[in-house]
This record gives sequence, structure tokens and C-alpha cells, in this order.
Amino acid sequence: MTAQVEKHGTTLGLDHRKLGFWTFLASESVFFMTLITVFIIYSGRSTSGPGHELLNIPLTAFNTFVLLTSSLAMVLSVDAARRGDQRGLRFWLLMTILMGAFFVGVQVYEYRKLMHEGLTLTSNLFGMTFYTLTGFHGAHVTVGVLWLIATLVKAWRGQFGADNYIPVDVAGLYWHFVDLVWVFIFPIVYLIRW
Amino acid sequence: MATRTEALPVPRVVSWWSTLVDWLTTVDHKKIGILYIAGGVLFLIIGGIEALLIRVQLAGPERAFLHPQTYNELLTMHGTTMIFLAAMPILAGFGNYVVPLMIGARDMAFPRLNALGVWLFILGGLLLYASFFSGGAPDAGWFAYAPLTSKTFSPHKGMDFWILGLMVTGIASISSSINFIVTILNMRAPGMKLNRMPVFVWTMLVTSFLIVFAFPSLTVAQILLFFDRNFGTGFYAAEVGATPILWQHLFWFFGHPEVYIVILPAFGMVSEIIPVFSRKPIFGYAALVYATVAIGFISFTVWAHHMFAVGLPPVVAYAFGAASMIIAVPTAIKIFNWIFTMWRGSLRFTTAMLFAVSFVAMFVIGGLGGIFLATVPVDWQLTDTYFVVAHFHYTLFGGVLLSVLAAFYYWFPKITGRKLDERWGRIHWLLTFVGFNLTFFPMHWLGLDGMPRRIATYGAGLGWDFWNFVATVGAFIISAGMALFVLNIMKSLRNGEAAGDNPWEGWTLEWATTSPPPAHNFDGLPPINSRRPLWNAAEKRVYTPDEVRAMSERDEHIHLPPASWWPLVVAFGVTAIAAGFVYTPVITVLGVLIFLIGVAGWVQQEGYH
Repeated sequence: MTAQVEKHGTTLGLDHRKLGFWTFLASESVFFMTLITVFIIYSGRSTSGPGHELLNIPLTAFNTFVLLTSSLAMVLSVDAARRGDQRGLRFWLLMTILMGAFFVGVQVYEYRKLMHEGLTLTSNLFGMTFYTLTGFHGAHVTVGVLWLIATLVKAWRGQFGADNYIPVDVAGLYWHFVDLVWVFIFPIVYLIRW
Repeated sequence: MATRTEALPVPRVVSWWSTLVDWLTTVDHKKIGILYIAGGVLFLIIGGIEALLIRVQLAGPERAFLHPQTYNELLTMHGTTMIFLAAMPILAGFGNYVVPLMIGARDMAFPRLNALGVWLFILGGLLLYASFFSGGAPDAGWFAYAPLTSKTFSPHKGMDFWILGLMVTGIASISSSINFIVTILNMRAPGMKLNRMPVFVWTMLVTSFLIVFAFPSLTVAQILLFFDRNFGTGFYAAEVGATPILWQHLFWFFGHPEVYIVILPAFGMVSEIIPVFSRKPIFGYAALVYATVAIGFISFTVWAHHMFAVGLPPVVAYAFGAASMIIAVPTAIKIFNWIFTMWRGSLRFTTAMLFAVSFVAMFVIGGLGGIFLATVPVDWQLTDTYFVVAHFHYTLFGGVLLSVLAAFYYWFPKITGRKLDERWGRIHWLLTFVGFNLTFFPMHWLGLDGMPRRIATYGAGLGWDFWNFVATVGAFIISAGMALFVLNIMKSLRNGEAAGDNPWEGWTLEWATTSPPPAHNFDGLPPINSRRPLWNAAEKRVYTPDEVRAMSERDEHIHLPPASWWPLVVAFGVTAIAAGFVYTPVITVLGVLIFLIGVAGWVQQEGYH
């Protein structure tokens, strides 16, 4: 946000950064919708090789639970920032980061196991669509974790307060978005037997 | 006197350097707009030269001026350049320059993001063109159908350059669209309600939404293609059970909104120009705006009309055919808006008006060709013939380019403080209009005669020789016009007629400030109580610049964001990351480092928080 906004206010009363970020997330939604569509179109069309039966659904269900819970921690950290509660902000940011990192770690473990069992990016259509869809989601979570670490560093320096919490809020929007995308990916990829 | 002549060179060198630094670090929407326009015109000229080479090859039957591979590369690069590196940047450039002025804002909402966009566009375009010196340019056509793009049929790295170059410019398009959306929705001056916004602002808003929603589909399509070509996947390979048609769906889900992405701002430009030179407000403002929004929505439901010949189920084909005809309705509404605006107006045929009026006529021809092609059985007959080439050149050249040229003559005085030479302008218009129709109208007949598009040559005795020759002559006439245009710009920059604040008696806010405007745009704004803030309704004339100044309330709170190197650094990082995928991974690693340094510098920079 430029200083002019503080002086002049905004037409809609919304912060520029939040409005802009919502627009960005709209674009990201189409990105994931397209990847999900490709997955659905190609589901059940593999001509050979392993498929859905290799997936460890209980493990990923637990991982889903962790990722969704991280959104709660994110909400609490934004709330702490809004109230100017520095300790709460740092604590809940750290919790979000740990849960996000756990999610990525489990995904790495899952990938290694699947590749060991013979499902790679080039095995068949299931491999291609599975790894691109979950891989791009995992990359987004990783970016989110890095972003939250940078936010935590700034929080430690005391750069956020009740009058300046929007950067935490925007990071939170991104985090919830990444979670929400997983809410679609998990049933479509893991639960439905196409 | 002697000391002065000796001392002169030193400050000159300093000022040359500081001018360069000023442009490289600028976050001013006006300078960024000029950079977009200048870059776009450069690529327009390059794309035009490619078109000329194509026309020379096709001037007669069985010519061997170009090797077929070269022909394919030029054809691909002509289309790609004109859409992504000429039309979109020039429109974004005018949008950047004019939109904040029109809504009475100091700048765009995110000045540094704005600068990032223009550098990504320029560097991404250069990355795409680097393919010519790195083994070969892309050669599968601008819509790059699978499986022509596979390693088997396009073994050199051209298509990889195409993918990565367009991804870089795509990031630019999405970031600048987000910027436009926030600026237009959130930075309007007091009194500038949505239904008082100039039509050009409306069209930039809708176009920005189209970009935000359409580009991700292209990005995904390109990522999958890149994986196919480099990592051994087969997303478009029939032999592993995949369907190459997927590419067509993903590409055209982006590609059809894309044609409205470039035509809607052009509609907006003529909707500003025609009223001013008719001395009447735009006819049916609300209908025009609703039509714009309607086109925006419908443009996402017509993509498969590019695919009637691939064997869609009949119901699907007819549904898309019907949707394509429905989109003609809001478009036709606009045509009537412009015609009724001119009806009984006191018309002034300046060069800008000549281009704008010929846009209306030419776009009607292009649109009618579109109705032909939306009719499924007719499309089966005409698909992949020169009729299609004629149709989309009437919409893109007759639509976008003619209105962009109108915009040049209209806003050049605002941007530079000097008018373009009107006499040269009229000759430019005449050459362009005649050359354009000579080049593209005969292509309708060639297409009806069955001449396929995208062929490097054709046999003698098929009856295609004469009109092909005429088309080539027309292309050279267009080039003469464009050369005159470039000369006109150079001449007028130096000694063109001084413009004053409001040379055309326009009534939108960009004319309420000096030409060129100061860095902070306005010392103060006149009250905004209508769609025409500078129109004196009582006396039926525009307010003079002095009256405008007297009406304006001086704004004492002027704060401008500081210049910044970081957008350029981040843009270099992003482009290097992309370049590493076609050259060597080391470049990607360096790119990541530059990118991270850039981002760190960006978030820490003072004056933005």
C-alpha cells in the first residue's frame, strides 16, 4: 500500500493489498480448476501400470487433518496480530509453519514410497496427473511455509501491530486458499475410485 | 562563454545516465505506459516484417523465397508476436497511461508491481526472440496444436522458448490486470462513480478480469506441454491413452477470451474518440457498458467454435455455435452505439476520427465473417482456409490496430505535449485503409476457393495467383503507411504543433491537466458530477483550461512513491529462472538467487509502508 492510500482512503473501503490478493487468488483458482479437470478427464484412462490402489488413504487423511487444523492456527495468528498480541502472533505463526512443514514432509515420504513401488511421473496417465496436481499443490504449500517463515521473522522484529496487520492477513488468505484447494484435491484424487 | 561550452559535455553525460536510471527505476504509471507502448510498437514492427516476408513468399505460386521450415517459424512468430507482444502491451500501455488520469488517481494502486509487469513483458519477449539465435524459432503455429508440438515433430527448442517466453509475459499480464482491477475499483476520485467512468476504463476493467480468469488455462496447457517435451510425460500423446484434443480445449478456453482481451480495450478507445469528434456524449452509455460485461461472460462459453472440425458431438458443436452467435448481439449493440453517437453530431474528421470510423466499418466486416464461421456446416467448409485468415485480420487489424492508431493520434498530444502532423496522418490513414483492404479482402475469396492457410506455397493454375499477388501489394502499401507513421512520430516529437491542455475539446479528466501531465498528474481535480466533468452543459462547450484550473480544488497532500530498482531485479530473476530451462540449469539457480534478493529488497524498501 502506498502512503497515498493512508491519506486519501480507498473507494471501496477495502485495503488495496487485500483486494489485489483476492483477485490473484481468483486466478489461482482457475489454475487449480484446470489441473483438477485434467486429472478427472484422464482418470481411468491409463493403459498400463499401477494406479489408485497404491495410495495410502489413512495416512493422507491424517495429513489432510493436519493441514486443515493449520488453518485454525492461521486464523488465531491473524487475530493475535489484529489485537496487537505479539506473543500470540509468534506462537500461532510457528504452529502454522510446523503443521505446513509436516504436511509437505508427509507428501515427500508418500512420493518416495510411491516411486519405490513403481508409480512415477512417466508411468502412465495416473502418474502424470497425480504428480502434477498434488505436486503443484505441494509447491504452493512450500511457498506458503517460506512466506510464513518470513512473516515470523518480521513478527519477531515487532514489525506488526494492531495498526499494521494486513501483511499477516494477506499471508493468511494465501494459506487458507492452499488449504481449500486441498479440500477439493483430497476427495477427487484419493477418495473417489474413478 | 568559453567556460560554458567546455562545461557542457559533462552535465550532458550525467543527464544521459540519470535519464536512463530514471526510466529503469520508474514507478510512474505514465512512464511505464510509454515503455509498454514503445516496446509494443517495436514488436509490432518486427511482427510486420515477418508478415511482409510471408507475403513475399506467397506473392506467386511455387516460390522458393523462404524455406518451408523458415516459413513455419515466421508464421508462428508473426501470430505470437502480434497478439502477445504487440496488441496486449500497446493496449496495456494506453491503459496504464490513461486510466489513472481518467479516474482522477495519482498513480496505479501498486506502482512497483506495475514496473515489474513492463520489465517482464520486455524480457519475456526477448527470451522468446532469443530462440532465433538458439537453434530455431517456434514453428507449430501461434495456437501450437498437439501433436505438432511434440519432440517428434518439433525437435529443436523453439517450442520450449515459446512456452517459457509466454509464461514470463503471462505473469506480466496477470500482475498488470490485478493492478488495473484494484486501481479502477479502489482509487477513483470522489464523485467518479462506476456509472460515470469513461467507457475505456470499463473496457480495461472487464479485459483485466478476462486476463485473470483466462491466462491460467494457457499456463497449465503450457506446463503440461513442457513436461511432455522435456520430462517424458504424455499429456497430449494418444499412444499412452491421452487425447491431443485436450490441448485444443485448454488453449481455446484461454484463446477465445484472449481475442476479447485485445478487442474490448479497442472498443473502449473508439468509445472515447467518436463522441469527442462528434461533439455528442456516447449514445446509450449503459447499453454499451452492459454489452461489454456481457461479452466478457459469454467469451468463456464459445471456445469450441475453433474446434468444429475435430469431431465434437453435434449437440456440443451446435451449442457452441449458438453461443458464438449470441455474442454477436452485444457486439452489434456497440456498433449501433457508435453509429448513433455520430448521427446528427457535428463531426470533425481528424486523423483519429478517420481511424475510429474506419474501425467501425472494418470491424463489421470482421464480425460478419465470424457469424459465417459460427455456423457449423459453413465452418466445416471454410475451416483452415484463408477465409478464416481474412476474418480474424478484419477483427484484429481492422479492429484492434485501427483503433490503436486512432488512440495514438488522439492521446499523443496528451502524452508528449505535441500533436502528430495531421496532413501526414491523413496520408497514413489512407495508405493503411487501402492497403489493409487490398491485403485481406481478397483472402475471403481465396478461402472460398479452397486455399488452405499455413501453407508455405501453392501450385500454379489453381486460380489463386492473382489475389495472392494483390494481397502482397497491399501488404507493402500498409508498410509504407507504417513507415510514414514512424516518421510522423519522430518529426512531431521534435517540432509538432504545441497541443495545450485540451487540443480536441475532450471532456474526460485526462484533459483537465497539462500535456504532458506532471508526475503527480493533477494539482487539483474539478468536481465530478457527470460522465463529462469538463463539459459546460449551460453553454454547450468544454471548459477552457483556465476555467478548469479555477474550478479545481488544490490538493495539498501529494505524496509520490520513490523510484525503485527492485522491479527490474525481480523481472531479471524471473526471466533467468525461465531461461535456465532452455539453456542450462545454472541460469535457473542464479535466477532464483536474483529473484530472492529482489523480493527481499522489495519488501524492505522504505516509502511504501
